[in-house]
Amino acid sequence: MYNFEFVKPSSIAEAVKALAEEGAQPLSGGQTLIPTLKQRLNQPDMLVSLTGIAEMKGVKAEGGALVIGGATPHAVVAAEAAAQYPALAALAGNIGDPAVRNRGTIGGSLANNDPSACYPSAALASGATIVTDRREIAADDYFQGMFATALEEGEIITAVRLPIPQKAAYVKFNQPASRFALTGVFVAKYADGVRVAITGASNDGVFRWTEAEEALSANFAPEALEGLSLSGDNMISDLHGTGAYRAHLCKVLTKRAVAAA
Amino acid sequence: MPKDGGIGASTKRREDVRFLTGKGRYTDDINIRGQAHAWFVRSDVAHGMLNKVDVAAAEAMPGVLKVFTAADFAGVGGIPCGWQVTDRFGKPMLEPKHPVLAEGKVRHVGDPIAVVVAETLEQARDAAEAVEVDITQLTPVLDMKAAIAADAPKVHEEIGSNLCYDWGFVEENKAAVEEAFKNAAHVTTLELVNNRLVANPMEPRVAVGDFDSAGGMHTLYTTSQNPHVIRLLMGAFVLGIPEHKLRVVAPDVGGGFGSKIYHYAEEAIVTYAAKTLNRPVKWTSTRSEAFISDAQGRDHVTKIELALDKDNNFTALRTETYANMGAYLSTFAPSIPTWLHGTLMAGNYRTPLIYVNVKAVFTNTVPVDAYRGAGRPEATFQLERLVDKAARELGVSPVELRRQNFIKPDQFPYQTPVAVVYDTGNYHATMDKLLEISDYAGFEARAAEAKARGKWRGFGVAHYIEACGIAPSNLVGQLGARAGLYESATVRVNATGSLSVFTGSHSHGQGHETSFAQVVAEMIGIDAGQIEIVHGDTSNTPMGMGTYGSRSLAVGGSAIVKATNKIINKAKKIAAHLLEASEADIELKDGKFSVAGTDKSVDWSGVTLAAYVPHNYPLESMEPGLEETAFYDPSNFTYPSGGYGCEVEVDPETGKVEIVAFSAADDFGNIVNPMIVEGQVQGGLAQGIGQALMENCVFDENGQLLSGSFMDYAMPRAEDVPFFKVDHSCVTPCTHNPLGVKGCGEAGAIGSPPAVVNAVIDAFHRAGRTDITHIDMPVSPARVWSALNG
Ligand SMILES: Cc1cc2nc3c(=O)[nH]c(=O)nc-3n(C[C@H](O)[C@H](O)[C@H](O)COP(=O)(O)OP(=O)(O)OC[C@H]3O[C@@H](n4cnc5c(N)ncnc54)[C@H](O)[C@@H]3O)c2cc1C
Repeated sequence: MYNFEFVKPSSIAEAVKALAEEGAQPLSGGQTLIPTLKQRLNQPDMLVSLTGIAEMKGVKAEGGALVIGGATPHAVVAAEAAAQYPALAALAGNIGDPAVRNRGTIGGSLANNDPSACYPSAALASGATIVTDRREIAADDYFQGMFATALEEGEIITAVRLPIPQKAAYVKFNQPASRFALTGVFVAKYADGVRVAITGASNDGVFRWTEAEEALSANFAPEALEGLSLSGDNMISDLHGTGAYRAHLCKVLTKRAVAAA
Repeated sequence: MPKDGGIGASTKRREDVRFLTGKGRYTDDINIRGQAHAWFVRSDVAHGMLNKVDVAAAEAMPGVLKVFTAADFAGVGGIPCGWQVTDRFGKPMLEPKHPVLAEGKVRHVGDPIAVVVAETLEQARDAAEAVEVDITQLTPVLDMKAAIAADAPKVHEEIGSNLCYDWGFVEENKAAVEEAFKNAAHVTTLELVNNRLVANPMEPRVAVGDFDSAGGMHTLYTTSQNPHVIRLLMGAFVLGIPEHKLRVVAPDVGGGFGSKIYHYAEEAIVTYAAKTLNRPVKWTSTRSEAFISDAQGRDHVTKIELALDKDNNFTALRTETYANMGAYLSTFAPSIPTWLHGTLMAGNYRTPLIYVNVKAVFTNTVPVDAYRGAGRPEATFQLERLVDKAARELGVSPVELRRQNFIKPDQFPYQTPVAVVYDTGNYHATMDKLLEISDYAGFEARAAEAKARGKWRGFGVAHYIEACGIAPSNLVGQLGARAGLYESATVRVNATGSLSVFTGSHSHGQGHETSFAQVVAEMIGIDAGQIEIVHGDTSNTPMGMGTYGSRSLAVGGSAIVKATNKIINKAKKIAAHLLEASEADIELKDGKFSVAGTDKSVDWSGVTLAAYVPHNYPLESMEPGLEETAFYDPSNFTYPSGGYGCEVEVDPETGKVEIVAFSAADDFGNIVNPMIVEGQVQGGLAQGIGQALMENCVFDENGQLLSGSFMDYAMPRAEDVPFFKVDHSCVTPCTHNPLGVKGCGEAGAIGSPPAVVNAVIDAFHRAGRTDITHIDMPVSPARVWSALNG
């Protein structure tokens, strides 16, 4: 990797100040960023570590929602969200391997918005609020395509607020090599309706399958999806599967998620 | 049997103590005072004219000692090929030059262009970015069939063709085979691909060159399966260094699977650079580099046909295979699709007439060479898929069609129509054992239960033969090998009775340090703890050919037996002198020499001490000391065989194939350490399952390897394989080596891919999808879904 400066602030304010410097970039669990640095695909002047900021860590329940600090590792979410939001805990507990789960964080995952990552589907299906150092962003506005988000230069995710659903499940179909989601579907049922968010499939990144949401809001059962289908035209086509295959998986996995919820 | 385990004991692997506690000493752990670091600039295009390499800016960068390009190696030879195949017409194969660094052209993504040597690795990397490379891209040659068209672009213009050789075997049988097909009652035809694989050993390749200017001595530390072969190839053919001035050390090596047999340019370059710069030079491959610079495996495209008579007897077999050589000939590449593949096409069957045609083709891809099984998995996959397809076409059981055509137990030794003579085997026995341990009889009930869960269950069998223990030197010499394939051992007994055994075999996961010690312990009757197995250093081991082709116990172990017998013979003479008896009356048992019929005895250490403190010793007739060397050259290959059964469940909605059970009934001849054998089989099965379901090299139309990292190249993990049932109780000992052993290292990877694919096809057929008669590997979920919905 190329040389860079490194700072490890202990408060959000200090981190934001450090990030105002030219060429500064946040570093959270490093599970995505460090490999790109090692391959010399990225050359930041300074890395601002977020893992020393106590106010950005932990899982707590707050008025029917879970509030998870942006620098909370997946393993902590897997353990601490299990009682209140088991589908989310299961998702976190199934990301990567133990090393990845002990380092990688929810904020890093959502900031990166990898089209095959798991968390974006949970955030979108939960109608989460992305809390940053300067504002709150609704999940529906936050995700803006592959690796693209509403975050501005130097803006950091300090927490994520996820309303706890009545029922939910995440079904991930592993890409055989990376074990990211070849396609993953998160279904969450709330008093005011069902939300279905799909990752891994679309060229536009995570998306909501609104027809399925309507059908399931009327009848929360796998059969409700009969007759619905998605087109593979704008879906990812790569060596692990065509767009048509992914479109097909979206439906199969949605049914399975409903059955599992 | 000695208490620490002789032959037949599942002694725990002594080497695992150091591996599991982080005490292994791998090549990358070797750091020599004053060491500099090398970083390679590699081609990022598959095919192009290399117009210019400008190193001026890079050489001016901090810490840079020198940037080497092809011009610096003008005086050295190219990387040699160790096997010359003769084609159907009696002409030698086309053999292009393989320069250590690209000259004038780049021929695959990863082809090395320049090497930066600097004080630190990061400095070398920084400077590598400043090396200016000017390449004019050319159309890459990727498809093998298109490559041999007359107007195709050429990978090597100077040889005039991309067809390395067009090999026919047995050429004299060709007409008779054609005739048999004309008279056949039924012909089954199958076209298939044997997918290209990356070996991916846990430890990537590393090479450290060192030079002692005072003595003119070169040392190369390298991740090799055969240090003497590297010394020979690099010393004699590339750098011109005589053996006594070149030491090659392969210390602990973290897996090879074939990919560490070959002599690679990086080894020659660090050795040369160390002398040029008078500094030790180290290179450690990154994982990304390994994907584009380690020789890869398989990559055959085949059409195979089987002729049967009206009673379902096999009457003839013919094949046409395109075998990818990649851009250059790797060390043993030409031998893999020919002598290690064509000679196996009889399989376990009595097929009387066989003709194998192989066209080896140059393409703008990474060179291809042996990979666990090497040629034999390709042969087995074709044949066992074909027999399965024939059975389905004829409406007979795949098990029964095999049994009917198996060579019968009383037909051994069996001369096949493809040159080799199987010494022993009992295929009916291994098939029966397989059906027993896999509970074949209970399959229908399991299939019904799976169906109730919405899963399609299938059972696939395969029965393999392999030729191991390579090989009689005079035979392989006739077939084009440019090396002998014997093995060596020196047994050095120390004064107080402990032993050091120096073997030419190399251990990089096989557990030789344990099993070889068991053999010697058994022969002498002492504790295995008294025996040290030393390997991997040309300065202290006799010239040996190394480890591959499941040869170590069969060939290397036989050399150890021979040397140990010499030791025992001499020790008996010493004992006879000490006991004042006739040598003929001396018996060795449990580490004690005694005079038959008396209570007079002397123990092992009494004799060894006398050998080195010869106060009471027949000096007039015998030299003191107790050290012997033996070379063993086998008289035939060994022929392990076995029946494999795979049970899968296909999820018809997602296309995912799960292997729910896998059983292997092997005949490896005699077994020295059953636990190690089981481990070898399990590892081989996991690798074969990896090939069958997951692993694949995918190149795009520009010759870029799309599956060039673990993000896209799918390696099998523990969760992808079931608990294996492994049995090796069917034993027909090898008749021509002293231990009666056959070799077990590759079997799992050879027999499993067809068993898996046969199981998938069985599942399809049971679910009514009899229209799908073949599916190519890897049988990924997406492929299954496409097959079902295509
Ligand atoms: C082997 C492996 C397997 C994996 N498997 C999966 C999987 O199955 N599913 C899955 O979803 N993911 C998977 N991942 C990715 C993993 O979840 C990462 O942890 C995650 O993508 C990034 O989180 P991080 O904390 O490591 O972020 P980092 O790598 O530190 O940062 C990633 C990016 O986000 C920025 N960033 C980090 N934190 C913040 C913040 N709070 N605010 C703003 N920007 C920020 C960084 O500047 C950087 O650009 C895997 C990773 C590996 C290495």
